[in-house]
Amino acid sequence: MGAGTRGASGGAWRPNPVARTVLIVLSLAFAFLMLVMPLLVVVSQAFGAGWEAFWRAVSDSFTVKAAKLTAITTVTAVAANTAFGLAAAWALTRYRYRGQGLLTTVIDLPFAISPIIAGLIFILTYGRLGWAYPFLEAHGLKIVFAVPGLVMATVFVTIPFVARELIPVLAARGTDEEQAAVLMGAGFLRTFALVTLPHVKWALVYSVILCAARAMGEFGAVSVVSGHLRGKTNTLPLHIEILYNEHHYREAFAVSAILVIASVLVLAARSVVETVSRREVR
Amino acid sequence: MTASRKTIPGFGLTMGITTSYLGFFVLLPMISLALRAADLSLGEIVSVATDARVLSSYRVSFGCSLLAAAINAVFGTMLAWVLVRYRFPGRRMIDGLVELPFALPTAVAGIALTSLTADKGWIGAPLARLGIAVAYTRAGIVVALVFVTLPFVVRSIQPVLEELSPDYEEAGRTLGAGGFTIFRRVVLPELRPALLTGFSLAFARGLGEYGSVIFIAGNRPFRTEIAPLMIVTRLEEFMYGQATAVALFMLLASFAVMFLVNRLQIRAAAFAGG
Amino acid sequence: MSRRVAMVLALLFLFGQVAAGRVLADQELTNVSYDPTRELYEAYNEAFARHWAGLGKGDVTVVQSHGGSAKQARSVIEGNEADVVTLARAIDVTAIEEAGLIGKGWQGRLARNSCPYTSTIVFLVRKGNPKGIRDWGDLAREGVGVITPNPKTSGGARWNYLAAWAWADAQYGHDDARNEEFVKKVFDNVLVLDSGARGSTNTFVQNGQGDVLLAWENEAYLSLAERPGEFEIVTPPTSILAEPPVALVDSYVDKKGTRELATAYLEYLYSDEGQRIAGSHYYRPGNPEIIKEFSGYFDLSLKLVTIDDPLFGGWEAAQSRHFSDGGVFDRIYSR
Repeated sequence: MGAGTRGASGGAWRPNPVARTVLIVLSLAFAFLMLVMPLLVVVSQAFGAGWEAFWRAVSDSFTVKAAKLTAITTVTAVAANTAFGLAAAWALTRYRYRGQGLLTTVIDLPFAISPIIAGLIFILTYGRLGWAYPFLEAHGLKIVFAVPGLVMATVFVTIPFVARELIPVLAARGTDEEQAAVLMGAGFLRTFALVTLPHVKWALVYSVILCAARAMGEFGAVSVVSGHLRGKTNTLPLHIEILYNEHHYREAFAVSAILVIASVLVLAARSVVETVSRREVR
Repeated sequence: MTASRKTIPGFGLTMGITTSYLGFFVLLPMISLALRAADLSLGEIVSVATDARVLSSYRVSFGCSLLAAAINAVFGTMLAWVLVRYRFPGRRMIDGLVELPFALPTAVAGIALTSLTADKGWIGAPLARLGIAVAYTRAGIVVALVFVTLPFVVRSIQPVLEELSPDYEEAGRTLGAGGFTIFRRVVLPELRPALLTGFSLAFARGLGEYGSVIFIAGNRPFRTEIAPLMIVTRLEEFMYGQATAVALFMLLASFAVMFLVNRLQIRAAAFAGG
Repeated sequence: MSRRVAMVLALLFLFGQVAAGRVLADQELTNVSYDPTRELYEAYNEAFARHWAGLGKGDVTVVQSHGGSAKQARSVIEGNEADVVTLARAIDVTAIEEAGLIGKGWQGRLARNSCPYTSTIVFLVRKGNPKGIRDWGDLAREGVGVITPNPKTSGGARWNYLAAWAWADAQYGHDDARNEEFVKKVFDNVLVLDSGARGSTNTFVQNGQGDVLLAWENEAYLSLAERPGEFEIVTPPTSILAEPPVALVDSYVDKKGTRELATAYLEYLYSDEGQRIAGSHYYRPGNPEIIKEFSGYFDLSLKLVTIDDPLFGGWEAAQSRHFSDGGVFDRIYSR
């Protein structure tokens, strides 16, 4: 059921030519309206004033600072969620116990929680009115309205990505090979690294890429915990909103174009990963 | 089943990581929400969460999310089907773009969709001549939600379709069934669990979506005001208790949707496993 | 011996000076402000940094944060450590005071109610004023599309609302029921209710919605300057005196040791240079001499009602009567 086990299609199946044409046309029209058009708006606005204006906007010192901050939050959040995703997938598929359904639901929850609420809960925990604030204050720590808060909000929003992708793949594989490895005397880490990891390699890469794409673009939750301190706690998506609110439309779209280009590159990388992994399966 | 827990090592370690990570990042912050809501009495929470304006914002949110999820269930399934079963120019590109809504910051999506559908926009201008308004109406909210939640449906269905051998359909055809009958009787039952997952994820995500919607909605009370905006509005009025009451209500709704889906899935998996 | 001690002390003093100089070189000040002041403070921060360096006090970097006034106040209450706040309404600063971060009586600490500059609410209409909008009464006419932010969330929008109320009150002879009816009609004409002033400007200017934008005077002039030839400003005969206050956040400046710097930062807003910068960004300078220099675009004959007018009775009263839960504004929007 998971993406990592995608099989090749085709073979003896012959599509009905009329249905084929109608479906392709309808789908393409839908995809064009919903996916391509918004992309074109961003790109046309970004380059509408020419390359030079585009370059001036993206090389602005606040933009560069925002890009660095986005890189930091993305890398940290993806690394943390990858480690978590591997552990969670293992814990949820190699054993059976009560409460598995509940645990899965908790992992999925960040998908379903409004980003506004996601930001709010961190404010209510680590903000000045939160119960953890006296402790943080006593130790000179700052979480919300500072970089750690941005990282935590990003982690929260992207928690399900890796785990969700790995769980079905691992579940589908069964545990025979791991049990054999253990019988032959391999410990947990050896079994994990040499037996399990190679099987989920592509699903892992795929999910990490997706997680990164989502982390880069996170807006709602981060906006709540940021405080919008220019040059300090503004990530790229927040910087775009600021530019837009400053009536710098071109600049806002130019910076959006960086994110769009980055995500298209990331999605292209995903496509490559998929092709390679399929070739390997064959 | 406890036998496997003994034979495969690492339970303590992985379970420890999983629960403490979820505890720290998910449960701990959520407890704060409950604590803050406890500033109000149960009666107050209920009266805040069922205020006429708040109720109407739930209606807008639930209605638009349901509609968007339904649109995606139809067009997303079709798109997934076309991407899996047919080969045509541009297929790889469209396949790659399906996740764009995940990657694009929601604010950028909101700004782009608004300028596209406002009555000066590429799509909005011809529609305006027909007297149809999209931006700043509920239709605009639905458009934003369709965009944001599209990947959930397509990416839930696609892998299942890929696994599904065309042989079944071939068998149906040799038995004399028409194309649509085959889809309804053979393909759809196989897709149902995945479609349900995709639909519910899209629905739940739509309920909570904020960034893209506020740009396109118009935000008029009783008409185009969504529930997450009510939370923000309450906060801006310095009413934390009220904001958390609404947040808590929405959280419960999301949790219920997700839990239901997972139960259905587990049951489906158990059923499929025999 | 004592000479050596003196030498050592002198050296220490010197080191101290150098060290202090280095600390001064890294001075940083955080100004949490509301939406339309971005350009103003961009210019002012540069001028202040020059002034401060000119006094031999070292370099200073001002970190800016902008957003809706209430949202910004909330972030300060929640732990966003601003040295100074420069917000749209006194009540937002009062909220920070009530959270215990700003001392009581902050409004009396600086001249003119701690408002170095003021503004008012005007109408921005499309070129040629096709709907013929001249006064507040025109906003309630059928077929006029009005754009304003939400008074519940936006500082600017509360001024819009109160200005409309004040006009109605004078027009209909102090009849609250008719005032309410008028304001309701205006809000029935509202097409898009954004949560902040900047959002509304974008909706009107960029996305072409509506016939009239109720805007801060400075916002209106900015839109005019940025897209020449597309809009006109209509200054109604009466409006409201909008007083955006500035204040020092006592708890945070004491924690960070920035009180002197922050005080100087706010006081310099009242200097001739500070006042001229405000004026050149279309804020009405509080200094009666300097505002005359800008009479080219400020209509000085405009009749302005203040929030302390008996009609409103100050922010607290206006807030609880009009904008609290179940207040007049909620009534207008309940069906």
